[in-house]
Amino acid sequence: MPTCKDFLRELSDYLDSALDPATKKELDKHVQECPDCWVVLDTTQKTLKIYKGCEPQAVPAALEDKLMAALKVKMAEKKLSG
Amino acid sequence: MTSTEPQSDENLVELAKSGDDTAFPELVKRYSRRILRVARNITNHEEDSEDVLQETFMKAYTHLAGFQGNSKFYTWLVRIAMNESLMKLRKRKSGKLVSLDEELNTGEDTMIREIAVWEGNPEDTYSQEELRAILDKTISSLPEGFRSVFMLRDVEEFSTEETAEALDLSIPAVKSRLLRARLQLREKLTRLFKSKGENTFAYL
Repeated sequence: MPTCKDFLRELSDYLDSALDPATKKELDKHVQECPDCWVVLDTTQKTLKIYKGCEPQAVPAALEDKLMAALKVKMAEKKLSG
Repeated sequence: MTSTEPQSDENLVELAKSGDDTAFPELVKRYSRRILRVARNITNHEEDSEDVLQETFMKAYTHLAGFQGNSKFYTWLVRIAMNESLMKLRKRKSGKLVSLDEELNTGEDTMIREIAVWEGNPEDTYSQEELRAILDKTISSLPEGFRSVFMLRDVEEFSTEETAEALDLSIPAVKSRLLRARLQLREKLTRLFKSKGENTFAYL
């Protein structure tokens, strides 16, 4: 039977569904019976979800203008050099 | 279906290669936010991240002819941004004698101290700006070797193999850093989001 330490070591592969079915089944059983590991699993899943779901901040207008201006120069240079 | 449907990245890349001046700026608009986020989260430096944003798109434009489409355009772009960010970071750190391996050698590999359920859903409790600030601050407190792996795998959704290739790491190293990054972020966020009155206790 896996221990809490085993569960923790396999946690990433467990979350990424990268485990063989037998190991996954054992860890499923462990997490159902171990409240601590259940909480760690739940809060790790929430951590990943919250990072994935967070929209990046808009690029400040002045920075975007600077970027577009530099790009224009670059495109013009490319045209000139053929 | 309407004619205003956005063009695919592949189409825009082909148009840009054939000299269409509107195509590459379209790709810049599409991805500049996400590239700036990668740069900010890796460099932890506002000015450097702005430079990285510009250098990434300039490099991508310059080398566009060499982009063969073996990977997705965005994956290629993130790899450029990651390299530029790491170069900036190392330049700033060059005065300090701390190797990246030392920084990662924290002794305890997966220490768990906070075991507590979260109070509700942070996405409902905080405004998007507040939450973004919390997440940025939390990720910036991780060692660089963890931040870069976490950003690629869990934010930009690179595969383990793509991450290993982009960062020149072995697959076991990516997996080990990812696990530790995830657990450290979980630990830090749990301190902020845990239910009040919940006991925390030592684990393992």
